[in-house]
Amino acid sequence: MPDMLDDERADDAPPTTAKGSSSDDGLTHFSRAITINRPPQDVYNFWRDFTNLPHVMDNIIAVDVLDDVSRWTAKGPGGTQIEWTSRVTEDVDGALIAWKSDEDADVFNEGRVTFVPAQGQRGTVVTAVMAYDPPAGFVGRIVAKIMQREPEVQLRRDLRRLKQLMETGEIATNVRNPAQLAEEGK
Amino acid sequence: MRALAWHGKHDVRVDTVDDPGIVNPRDAIIKVTSTAICGSDLHLYDGYIPTMKAGDVLGHEFMGEVVEVGPGSTLQKGQRVVVPFTIACGNCFHCGKKQFSACDNGNPADNQDIAEKLYGQPMSGLFGYSHMTGGYSGGQAEYVRVPFSDVGPIIIPDGIEDEKVLFLSDILPTGWMAAENCDIEPGDTVAVWGCGPVGLFAIQSAFILGAERVIAIDHFPKRLELAAGFGAETINFEETKTSEALLEMTGGIGPDAVIDAVGLEAHGFFADNVIDQIKVSTFLGTDRTHAIRQAIIACRKGGRVSMPAVYGGFVDKFPLGAFMEKGLTLKTGQTHVQRYLAPLLAAIMEGKIDTTFLISHRMPLEKAPEGYKLFHDEQDQATKIILKPGMV
Repeated sequence: MPDMLDDERADDAPPTTAKGSSSDDGLTHFSRAITINRPPQDVYNFWRDFTNLPHVMDNIIAVDVLDDVSRWTAKGPGGTQIEWTSRVTEDVDGALIAWKSDEDADVFNEGRVTFVPAQGQRGTVVTAVMAYDPPAGFVGRIVAKIMQREPEVQLRRDLRRLKQLMETGEIATNVRNPAQLAEEGK
Repeated sequence: MRALAWHGKHDVRVDTVDDPGIVNPRDAIIKVTSTAICGSDLHLYDGYIPTMKAGDVLGHEFMGEVVEVGPGSTLQKGQRVVVPFTIACGNCFHCGKKQFSACDNGNPADNQDIAEKLYGQPMSGLFGYSHMTGGYSGGQAEYVRVPFSDVGPIIIPDGIEDEKVLFLSDILPTGWMAAENCDIEPGDTVAVWGCGPVGLFAIQSAFILGAERVIAIDHFPKRLELAAGFGAETINFEETKTSEALLEMTGGIGPDAVIDAVGLEAHGFFADNVIDQIKVSTFLGTDRTHAIRQAIIACRKGGRVSMPAVYGGFVDKFPLGAFMEKGLTLKTGQTHVQRYLAPLLAAIMEGKIDTTFLISHRMPLEKAPEGYKLFHDEQDQATKIILKPGMV
């Protein structure tokens, strides 16, 4: 992700927050940070076992971890399913995971997530930086947005669920009973 | 079960809906014995609060008996509990600072989007109060699912009747926090705008916290009478020029602290709603906006402004100049209910605080729609309405 490593910025702000940022690689870039009241190693361990992620990532149906790759199945717009194979490109125990999907993925994506001790003993700052190739470009993004499956929206919500699970042991829900929970496909 | 559901403006009905059940490990199910209609429920009733959906079960002031617990709950079946209206996890950074209404985790992840967009960060979940604050089913029902039941509800000893402790759920801690936020010093005069339940509890609390004088401002005679009963001096703003009276009653100094217990909830969350709402409801609109402005102008130099009143969106013509030039301090926020439950329960048991004076009506849950209409239309006489699911 060359854009993410651009060191010619005028300030210390994350590159994805730059005004009028556009990338030359045709990918959509975005990022999001959340502070979780748990040590970095705990949060890293949860994330690194990718089979945990469908619990907090609403859009991810299943993750199968094979030898050195993982196979991801996700909800696509309009009741479709999308799949891709992903490879870990960088892995620093307790600190960082980076990944990249195969070039022929339904939705090409790559990203990195860092786990950094938060100041003032507030736990861990989890920062996810991602890039993807929107299906059918701009139109696909609009459709995804209407379907609330836009990756930026998903990441925001998924990180909140990760925080809830790591801090409280459960994921907050307003359903009244288990039957309603099942109806919502959770 | 039977539950009071919102269907639209001035349309609430007692419906039969699915029973609640344990969903998450820390949940408990409460069989409601008493629940109240809150002044803020009227803003749902009036249709001013966005993100409501037809069928939403209302009610955020309730208590009852524990009938079912999840494996992570510390409650036991048969215990009587009062449940805070704020849904807080007890684990996050804000709960650690006892800022429970700012809990990061009480509001479901998807529901946090709206508040984050409007306020910068989302607040805690609330029972029965729109989908922006979580979309949780409320307590004007036979049963309620209570999340994080190991940190929220307070256990009530046997022998104290519901009516003495029910208001721990919201309005008593809210009135108390309003007075606490005044940082009262000996010799202080506190002026309170609005003698609804929160204002009346703020008056009691201000005296307990050491205020020498409290001046209560309202226009309902019954409510001013209740305020006077606690030792407050009164101003009826329909009869009296409030600002002039406050200045003279404080020897030209102005009140040391002012409390806005009126609010602007009715103004809604979106700028374009505001104009319409003023048109629809001139009193709710203009006079209510007036309270916080008037309080800031009245407050003495270097004084304190406490704002328990709920505001949702934007306020026009806020007297920022007076606020800055006089060096005022403002404290506000949704109540951190969990912070106050134990000390206030103790104060009730010691007889230092009485809450029962407020109750004007008691009725079965089945008559809740009548209760809403009464509370809405007869604000002078209907000071507080209690609903009892078991009552015939």
